[in-house]
Amino acid sequence: MKNRDTTSGHALEDWNRPPVFETEGEGELLEVSMGPHHPSTHGVFRMDVALDGERVVKLKPVFGYLHRNHEQIGQSSSYLASMPYTDRLDYFCSLSNNWAYALAVEKLVGQAVPERAEYIRVITAELTRVQNHASAIGFLIQEMGASGTPLMYAFREREKILDLFESLTGSRMMCNYMRFGGCRVDPSPAWLDATRKVVAGLPQFVDEFENLLSGNEILMARTQGVGVLRPELAVNAGITGPMLRGSGVNYDIRKVDHYGIYDRFKFRVPLGDHGDIFDRYMVRILEMRESIKILEQALKEVPAGPIMDPKAKIRGFRPKPGEAYGRIEAPKGELGFYLISDGSPNPYRYRVRPPSLINLTVLEDMCLGHNVADVVLIFGSVDIVLGEVDR
Amino acid sequence: MKSVEEIKAAIEAAVPGVGVKIISNPSPSAQHSLLLDSGTAVDVARFLRDDPELALDFLSNVTGVDYLDKEISEKVKVTRPVTKTVDGVEQTVEETVEETRKHTESGYLEAVYHLFSMAKKHGPLVLRMRTVNRTDQVELPSFTPIWRSAEFQEREIFDLFGIVFTGHPDLRRLLMWDGFKDHPMRRDYVEPDDFEYEPTAHDEVLARAKAHKAAGQPATLVAPEVPGGAP
Amino acid sequence: MLGEGILKGLAETARNFAGSFVSKERLTTVEYPEERLPLPEASRNFPFLVYDGPNWEKGLRCVACQICEKECPPKCIYIEKSKDKKPDFVGKPQIYPAKFDIDISVCMSCQICVEVCPFEAIKMDTEFELSTDDRFGGLLLDRKQLARSNEYYHTIHPTEASQVDAKLAEEKAKAEAKAKTDAAAKAKAAADAAAKAAAAPPKAPEGGTGTPTPAAAKPRDTEPKQAAPEKPSDPAKAASQAEPKGEPKTGGD
Repeated sequence: MKNRDTTSGHALEDWNRPPVFETEGEGELLEVSMGPHHPSTHGVFRMDVALDGERVVKLKPVFGYLHRNHEQIGQSSSYLASMPYTDRLDYFCSLSNNWAYALAVEKLVGQAVPERAEYIRVITAELTRVQNHASAIGFLIQEMGASGTPLMYAFREREKILDLFESLTGSRMMCNYMRFGGCRVDPSPAWLDATRKVVAGLPQFVDEFENLLSGNEILMARTQGVGVLRPELAVNAGITGPMLRGSGVNYDIRKVDHYGIYDRFKFRVPLGDHGDIFDRYMVRILEMRESIKILEQALKEVPAGPIMDPKAKIRGFRPKPGEAYGRIEAPKGELGFYLISDGSPNPYRYRVRPPSLINLTVLEDMCLGHNVADVVLIFGSVDIVLGEVDR
Repeated sequence: MKSVEEIKAAIEAAVPGVGVKIISNPSPSAQHSLLLDSGTAVDVARFLRDDPELALDFLSNVTGVDYLDKEISEKVKVTRPVTKTVDGVEQTVEETVEETRKHTESGYLEAVYHLFSMAKKHGPLVLRMRTVNRTDQVELPSFTPIWRSAEFQEREIFDLFGIVFTGHPDLRRLLMWDGFKDHPMRRDYVEPDDFEYEPTAHDEVLARAKAHKAAGQPATLVAPEVPGGAP
Repeated sequence: MLGEGILKGLAETARNFAGSFVSKERLTTVEYPEERLPLPEASRNFPFLVYDGPNWEKGLRCVACQICEKECPPKCIYIEKSKDKKPDFVGKPQIYPAKFDIDISVCMSCQICVEVCPFEAIKMDTEFELSTDDRFGGLLLDRKQLARSNEYYHTIHPTEASQVDAKLAEEKAKAEAKAKTDAAAKAKAAADAAAKAAAAPPKAPEGGTGTPTPAAAKPRDTEPKQAAPEKPSDPAKAASQAEPKGEPKTGGD
């Protein structure tokens, strides 16, 4: 696969802005507000679209309907009390959010994490990635009109993974499982066996999923060549995650930052060629297969040991003044937490870098010139969760 | 990636007349930052993006921080001539008195940028820019013409903190609705009094409930009698 | 052939449809509420207060230390301390909560209160069918509604409850052993003091007044009394001392 890393030296200024479309013919533009009550907008999200017939001439996203003041709450609660709130950011991937926050705090204080906890973190993060990508594809195909069948297949697997989460952490989605210095609960050997059984059934599920979808002519006709994102624009706009790799840029934070113990596992990073919706869909399918590979390797060698660093504090946690930015490769992109501490039990500044919000920056660029029906598909391929966009 | 000192030297060599300072970070993460002057910041940013060695083409995170005005009182020894009566004779004597002088160090709003490089796979480099004060001089140059990812994030900082980014193509509120006044993430933000009813009110929520009642606002919802309640 | 991909997809759907009549794996619908899925043991919904023994008020483990109230992220717990004290499981008099309210419309089931409680007094329940038509009062659970017995805790979280019971029994054994050594040390100290007092006055009659006589009488009186209970009935003495404190062993008898 060609490695299309971006090269500097381009004159980026001229195409940094979305192009302006000239309308043909006479008449006014039809201004439509798609949302906030809309079955396909993944939550309460609005797009102010100006249409020339069926073609999109201008598109402005409007959000803030789910703004819950998460950063302000983080600044008035202690560090531990913010952990359950991070579950509710990207509510599909609560364990990844927990890990990103724990990573940022551990960077802030220099806290070490025992090896068993690192393995469990990788296992739960990759399980989260599998179920997130399956659901994302399911929702995308549903918006195409497939009326729920692929979505329900994806949810069938997702239920098995959520059952695993429930028997480990106590809750299916709002897990609140990572702590600063390890994980909260030690998984029993029975849980590891159950996980191995579920992971053994996952390759067959992905095969079924692909059989159902990838060769489908309707899917290919509707997604190939639609919503093209050029790699230079993707890099400049700060896009991360499967959307960036669908455009061909090789940047996966698991390989770049070497956080956790990802260096011990052999896995590849799938890249797309054209940057359209079909490439992003294929990147997600291939990433699911790579995650299954990581899971198989990790489950073979989970070591015994403590699940929490013995020097870690649960209550009375007061980090010394300083700041840290910690980031992980969440299923949606780069999820980062920026913390400034001034020595008190609450952080002075608590900031979430939301991948879904940044990935929406180029929504207008991708949708211009396409039909309204394609707007819904392009939006679905960005794979956002409003909890993260609005926090 | 080069260390912060080397990057500072490279910036000063490339952009003439620039003001760059290193702000060190005492935590173990060792992510030191460069404080830029607002005047030359855009040139510095362009250099950082286009330099073949640094190639910082990925602006990952833009955030705002609010620092309130600080009242600093210091004790100063002041020598002053004082007229005193000594042994019945009026004399002017020099006396050293300790005085407490108070002055306000004006707070500022700060924008923090985290830069990475997708080409060279290194980072982060942290940049900071500060406004002059929190009230009227709150402009900073926008980095959106250089990195498009700053577009929504700078809008959010304008919405929640009030920093006006000059050169931003479309600066309006992002998360709050358009008619909203004031900037919610500032540390001196006072919420509007819309208290309704809280069954387990204590600490600051109890204080708000009392203030709401004292202000004579009508209770929108009346607390019901809790059946079979306490001891 | 055009349409081959669609046909393959249709074959997949047909396989799932036909298979749902045959294999359990493909038919994943549970007819709730007639059929219910068993919950895993670790699942959590809202907190409850544990009490030991038959009487919930006397056996409540909570000592109103208010740590859970402080650490709760959405601040949904409200505690008022009592003015008097009641004995706890090791026998020490502790204050108890006069009021303990949890607003379950605010509670987000994060389980931090369980994690930080030093007395194993608050645990997570699995009950989720809690709907009521009274929005504020019905969802504000007070002390009585929150109290559930230790046996109930064993039915919902068996392994966790056995671990907690083992831990509490260990703590209680330690406390009792400590009380025993304390009592023995106190008795020994009193005996030493009496022995010293017995040793000192015999010297006094040589140059003293009438005072040594009662002092001389005293050691003869007290010494055998001190000596006798000291050795044979020492455990009995310690037990009798510990008994009133150790009264509610496994619950307010």
